[in-house]
Amino acid sequence: MQPDARGHFGPYGGRFVPEALVAALDELDAHYRKAMADPEFTGEFSRMLREYAGTPSLLFDATRLSERAGARILLKREDLNHTGAHKVRNVLGQALLTKRMGKQRVIAETGAGQHGVASATAAAYLDLECVVYMGEVDTQRQALNVARMKMLGAKVIPVTHGSRTLKDAINEALRDWVTNVDSTHYLLGTAAGPHPFPAMVRDFVSGIGVEAREQCLALTGTLPDAVAACIGGGSNAIGAFHAFVPDESVRLYGFEAGGDGFETGRHAASITAGETGVLHGARTYLLQDEDGQTIESHSISAGLDYPAVGPEHAWLHDTGRASYEPVTDAEAMDAFALLCRTEGIIPAIESAHALAGALRIAPTLAKELGRKPTIVVNLSGRGDKDMHTAGAYFGLFENGEDV
Amino acid sequence: MSLFQKALAEGRPALVGYLPAGFPTVQGGIDAIDALIDSGVDLVEVGLPYSDPVMDGPVIQRATERALASGVRTKDVLATVEAVTGKGVPVVVMTYWNPVDRYGVDAFARDLAAAGGAGLITPDLIPDEAEDWLAASDEHKLDRIFLVSPSSTDERIAMTVAHCRGFVYATAVMGVTGARDAVSDAAPDLVARVKAAHSPVPVGVGLGVRDGAQAAQVGRYADGVIVGSALVKAVADDPTLASLRALTSELAAGVRSARAS
Repeated sequence: MQPDARGHFGPYGGRFVPEALVAALDELDAHYRKAMADPEFTGEFSRMLREYAGTPSLLFDATRLSERAGARILLKREDLNHTGAHKVRNVLGQALLTKRMGKQRVIAETGAGQHGVASATAAAYLDLECVVYMGEVDTQRQALNVARMKMLGAKVIPVTHGSRTLKDAINEALRDWVTNVDSTHYLLGTAAGPHPFPAMVRDFVSGIGVEAREQCLALTGTLPDAVAACIGGGSNAIGAFHAFVPDESVRLYGFEAGGDGFETGRHAASITAGETGVLHGARTYLLQDEDGQTIESHSISAGLDYPAVGPEHAWLHDTGRASYEPVTDAEAMDAFALLCRTEGIIPAIESAHALAGALRIAPTLAKELGRKPTIVVNLSGRGDKDMHTAGAYFGLFENGEDV
Repeated sequence: MSLFQKALAEGRPALVGYLPAGFPTVQGGIDAIDALIDSGVDLVEVGLPYSDPVMDGPVIQRATERALASGVRTKDVLATVEAVTGKGVPVVVMTYWNPVDRYGVDAFARDLAAAGGAGLITPDLIPDEAEDWLAASDEHKLDRIFLVSPSSTDERIAMTVAHCRGFVYATAVMGVTGARDAVSDAAPDLVARVKAAHSPVPVGVGLGVRDGAQAAQVGRYADGVIVGSALVKAVADDPTLASLRALTSELAAGVRSARAS
């Protein structure tokens, strides 16, 4: 769905930003609208996606997994893209737009480092200066990704304020942007933030759903019964959902990070928590205390460990077009192991949440439809980056022991 | 906002001082604001500590983080306002939007007015998104101070100023709060552009002022000189508040000398 002219999806979205950023957001919006209508831009973006990023990504008929799931599971293999995730689509779009705006510098925030690596990659490819803000805690947890970014020529700045994680990296990137807005584009990593970011990022990643829809029709002759994706900020999910929103027969499921379990309070399930407010430039669902102070989120998956969600998801939830449920760390890790063993694919732990959710809804859907359902699962990223976490979780590092 | 107006009537700019509530403690914050008032500010901004202060530099971030870590609540901010009003100096609250949104915009306006507060400065709320606040501030007769920036277009300046009451907050530099060695040369141009909008609303200039000489310099063209980080640093460095008093007196002398010659 499209937001109104000021970026509102129903009551959500908009611009809750310092006035100093409004001119830059207006400029970005104008350039983005013009670019999307310009065949030169869209042609070059398509070329980069095809020749550089390796899309369209495959839609893989996961037959062994499907036997276990009681549903036909089709995996949208975004993990096979260059840099190993759907994020490359967004960074290439924004980096190309940055060039078009005549800016030479991009800044980005990163949690686990995936968006930072993708941003550094696009910046190297398009010859842009790149600065990545990363919480100090995360730079220590993700030293390998810090090395990747540096190797690609980016400068990584550890953020030592606040909780020293993703939300504080966003705060610091916003501070940089307020200061250097004339020369700098803020390459935001998800479909959140102030208008036009949620709609723009969605459009850049919407190839996921467009491709999956065509591929599913070609493979099965019909649309899927459901599309499942994980939700952090929500960019992979909105990219997967967007093309299917008008298809009323296709159920859309977003799986939030349930962490230790929603009831424990240690989770990142902002829609499930049900409280709305304003964070990082938009009105949306967020984790907050009684006074509106942001509460830190918890998830085994760094990419989902964010205390809010993109505003379009908030609206898709309220309108009932999409359903959102939490998936715990344990459920996600079970699904992670299952995909490894049944299909020989190591997914990102983020994507394992989508898989776990699909496994959960399969029996209900089968009952409802009276037949085996077809579910497209967005495998948004690969799991190489998660082997440290998975190794610790499954006890793989204990003196040559088997799992 | 009588003293703000009075300063203008005296042919000098007003001195606006910012300190966060609850820093270093709730009572310590009240004592610090009392010291500000005793030492010559014309208007007090009480900061509401917030978890994600995107417009603030390191000094204010550290102070508000510490306030939050010690358990400061929104009700403590309102209590601080109540404790420091009635001393002849108007008090406004400077706050990011989510704490107000969470409290309930109308309820916050009602309770702020009941505490004696004069209005709100809203660094991340632009008039475009402020429908509830425009209504609540009218209902409870509160001032609403929005920000303008060097990057604002003339159209946006005119629109923003038209929604302001009390004063308009001109951010002198592109950047976050924090004292600077030299105040920005973008500020005079910005103030001139605000004045060109033909608004009766006074213009306060903030971001970067740290001493009496800078206050005098900014005071030559601004209706109000806003000082924040330098005051917060004075409180952080010297719990006796002697430094805060000395700096405030110096700033107060600075604004009085601005147009003296």
